[in-house]
Amino acid sequence: MAMPMLPADWPGNFWAHWAIFAVIILVFMLLMVMLFIWFERRALAVMQARLGPNRAGPFGLFQSAADALKLLIKEDIVPAKGDKLVHWLAPVVAFVPVLLIFAVVPFRGGAILADLNIGILYIVAISSVTAVGIFMAGWSSNNKYSTLGAMRQVASVVSYEIPVVLSVVGVVLLAGSLSMQQIVAAQDIPFILLQPLGFLLFFCGALAEINRAPFDLTEADSEIVAGYMTEYSGMKFGLLFLAEYGEALAISAIVTTLFLGGWRGPLLPDWLWFLVKVGIVFFVIVWIRATLPRLRIDQLMALAWKFLLPLALLNLLITAAEILVLPAVSLWVFVPINIAIMIVLVILWSRFFKLGWGKVEV
Amino acid sequence: MKFERYGLGIAKGLSVTIRHLLRRPVTTQYPEQRLNPSRRTRGNELIWDENKCTGCGTCAKACHIGAIHISTSTNPVDNKYEVKSYEVDTGYCIFCGLCVEACPFEALFMSYDYERAQYRRGDLFQDKEKMVETPERKVSGYFYPGRAAKLPRQSLLVNNDRGKR
Repeated sequence: MAMPMLPADWPGNFWAHWAIFAVIILVFMLLMVMLFIWFERRALAVMQARLGPNRAGPFGLFQSAADALKLLIKEDIVPAKGDKLVHWLAPVVAFVPVLLIFAVVPFRGGAILADLNIGILYIVAISSVTAVGIFMAGWSSNNKYSTLGAMRQVASVVSYEIPVVLSVVGVVLLAGSLSMQQIVAAQDIPFILLQPLGFLLFFCGALAEINRAPFDLTEADSEIVAGYMTEYSGMKFGLLFLAEYGEALAISAIVTTLFLGGWRGPLLPDWLWFLVKVGIVFFVIVWIRATLPRLRIDQLMALAWKFLLPLALLNLLITAAEILVLPAVSLWVFVPINIAIMIVLVILWSRFFKLGWGKVEV
Repeated sequence: MKFERYGLGIAKGLSVTIRHLLRRPVTTQYPEQRLNPSRRTRGNELIWDENKCTGCGTCAKACHIGAIHISTSTNPVDNKYEVKSYEVDTGYCIFCGLCVEACPFEALFMSYDYERAQYRRGDLFQDKEKMVETPERKVSGYFYPGRAAKLPRQSLLVNNDRGKR
């Protein structure tokens, strides 16, 4: 299928391309994050039979803007015995990688800052840097809650990185490329149908990596106040908050690109399809947050190492085997097969899933 | 084999939350929507009927806070007590309603209103003029079921009748 693609240096000039997309990414990210915060608060409220913010502007749309304004003019407090330089640097280190992720996210055919031929690898690499920033935030605060939160964050990111990357490999095998553009171009059938297990593992692992509920142990407010954010105030807090929601936005965009066919879809314009899919993925994230209670730290670790990792390896093996016989049969044959494989594997592996040799309740 | 442990539990939970999207919110948007309080509510003020009051002071004796201050004088012509001043400091009042129950002449009532917050402590002080029953200062049905019958029914969230006041 011939797809409408913009040329790689779209307005014709390298620097013009760079400048335009840098601005687009900045505006897109800030606007979407504010919109998502509002959307999450409203959706969560409706699911809890409340209304949510509805005072500032139509439907409370300006609530996040008002909050951002409030954060900007708030006092910036640094703990007296904290590490001042690291405390200052941490929000920046946490936020910048999130922004960098969007450099390789295609908004539509060719609408991409840099079509790296190692796009998804770049995302995997750069998104892990956020954990460094969060650990710096926790460490420099000189506060036991912050340190605990940061430790949990590092533990969860290191553990969940592996199943996430392994499930991405399945997609890469199917697409035959690491470039985000090529992955989208390869999805005549959205990979969520061809890789249902991979999608499940990726989504699960991604939720844990960005500390969304039910894996939000990093800032479990009922246990450790606000985790690594405890000692932050003012715009530094705002930046950490922005990084957190920016990650959620990034994960929504990556899931859209890898599994839902990116900008591709009938009728609507390309960029709108992309936004709609990102919105749907984010809604599912909010939906899960409204439903599931928080995991314990041992459950979090066990889920990564005993459940997701073996399944990710099996998924990789099965996908590789399917790729071997791929030229012989149509791709559609694999859709029911893979869904059946997913159901069987998840049920089977759940039977093995035990904590403390079965002595601890899961 | 119970499937709750193999992902069905999560699916059930998700279906519960998604069904709440279609549900009406149970919250009340207060300044725009108001709920009717109980018809026998003990509101934030006391209401006093000067014509029925004989100045016996039973209410002041019943008040264990000492928030009611009544001073009377004798009127030798009519052989009656005359109420010189009747004052309640609602800042001290705990709204127990004992004074209303103690009054032998049905001269003292609890009010029906609950929006009587003030900026200054002194504004909570009620003298004779501020204790008169007016359309804004309605009498609650507390201890007087006959009065309660005239008030609007209490709005219940289960009936979804908010904002009808």
